[in-house]
Amino acid sequence: MITAGIDMGAKTIKVVVLRDGDIVGKAKTVAGFEARESAEEAYAAALEEAGVTTAEVEQIVATGAGRKWAPQAARDVSEVSGDAKGVINLYPGARTVIDVGAEEGRAIRCTEDGKVLDFALNEKCAAGAGAFTEAMSRALEVAIEELGPMSLNSQNAIPMNAQCAVFAESEVVSLLHAKTPKEDIARAVHDAIASRIVSLARKVGFEPEVVLIGGLARNVGFVDSLQRALECDVTIPENPEHIGAYGAALAATES
Amino acid sequence: MAEYWRWTERRWQDPDRDWRDGELITAGVDVGSVSSQAVIVVDGELYAFSSMRTGSDSPESAKKAMDWALEETGLTLDDLGFVVGTGYGRVNVPFSNKAITEIACHARGANYMYGPTVRTVLDMGGQDCKVIRCDERGKVNAFVMNDKCAAGTGRGMEVFADLLALPIEEVGELSFQVEEEPPPVSCTCVVFAKSEATALLREGWPKSKVLAAYCSAMAHRVSTLLEQVGVEEEFAITGGIAKNAGVVKRLEAEIGVTALEAKYDTQIAGGLGGALFAQHLLKKKLAKN
Repeated sequence: MITAGIDMGAKTIKVVVLRDGDIVGKAKTVAGFEARESAEEAYAAALEEAGVTTAEVEQIVATGAGRKWAPQAARDVSEVSGDAKGVINLYPGARTVIDVGAEEGRAIRCTEDGKVLDFALNEKCAAGAGAFTEAMSRALEVAIEELGPMSLNSQNAIPMNAQCAVFAESEVVSLLHAKTPKEDIARAVHDAIASRIVSLARKVGFEPEVVLIGGLARNVGFVDSLQRALECDVTIPENPEHIGAYGAALAATES
Repeated sequence: MAEYWRWTERRWQDPDRDWRDGELITAGVDVGSVSSQAVIVVDGELYAFSSMRTGSDSPESAKKAMDWALEETGLTLDDLGFVVGTGYGRVNVPFSNKAITEIACHARGANYMYGPTVRTVLDMGGQDCKVIRCDERGKVNAFVMNDKCAAGTGRGMEVFADLLALPIEEVGELSFQVEEEPPPVSCTCVVFAKSEATALLREGWPKSKVLAAYCSAMAHRVSTLLEQVGVEEEFAITGGIAKNAGVVKRLEAEIGVTALEAKYDTQIAGGLGGALFAQHLLKKKLAKN
């Protein structure tokens, strides 16, 4: 049975294609102003990688903030259930899922069969999402991919007073004026966002094993700050940003 | 790159008075996170002020603002009998005799600027927004503030001026150039609202319509803060955003209360309140000696 999951994220669209439950194709595109077109593009690329035609796909399920706009999907699942399903399938021992995307952060507590017990999310404020690191990398004039490795070289933990991304940008500029090393500022940025995410995790009463997914799982600086703040290790899957789409594709096998 | 957010720095001095005719010369310096004001009062009457952008160094910004206010008056720092520092950087005013919170100073300043009938002061500053309830002497009874989030602050409006490439001083008026009032932008967070606005522009919305949507979102945000303490009339708005009719008019419509007309530069309320406190403290000091 061939199924597909489409995760219509705020910033990127991810597609995963499954054959009998195994990933055979995946793709990611930047969500342009025409989300439908970007979704079509990602879907076509994932099918190509899988070597299957549209006619062979039996079920398509969408998830993500823009899931109602996924052109191909017959139905959709919430990001929370998509995330939980995807993670538990890979890591049956996982009890807490933390997903940090471009414009949303969420913590989910679930049972061994992937049932969601509780969740908390932030979709209102950039301070607890990937957009925060993007804004800070601009202020620091450091490429976003370099921000993580850079913060690992920090020698000093300095506090960030501002919570708001807009105010934090000014603070970063002031810190630069005061000749604070960029490495220390980068770490302060990751500590700040990690503390927002940990407060979400506390709300659901997190317990190990903790699996981190979403684009920010690729940022080693953030992972380091998060593990320190959680006081426990986190597991990161190979394709952390595709887990939501994977969960949706799994949901498609059930219908 | 043009700096659309940059508002005009200004200096003013009473052309009809000479400080030499007065007795008590005091000053208040309000070092805010975005702007700094130095205000000089002579015998409790506004005499001169400066208003400029705060730099990266608070003591330096305080000094710059003070120097500019003093310029052309013939006064020097030594002529000031008492100086009060206020605002976010109030402890960093090197030449001040005392630091007083901006809440107290704003209430006191608004009491002078709008008269003793003012009961509710909304201060819309660069990086915070506060609602202050005060009595007929300008004494604070209650207040609430938001200093955590850029939504509803001047900084948020600056971000929009930059995004739309429109001078900050014109965005308020431009927001009225719409055939019909659009719904407010739905994101509270300025970062997300910016993405939302970009999408609206792509959809073909004119800049004025985007501004209208942002101004009403800002008005709504501030109204929720006002609700927490309640608006007792008379009502006055201070701070930089008080100059933005796009926000003020929509806020007035939302809360059903009209703000008093400003007779002074709305950005000087904190510094002026500081200078008035300074005058009171100087009197006390002189009485003791």
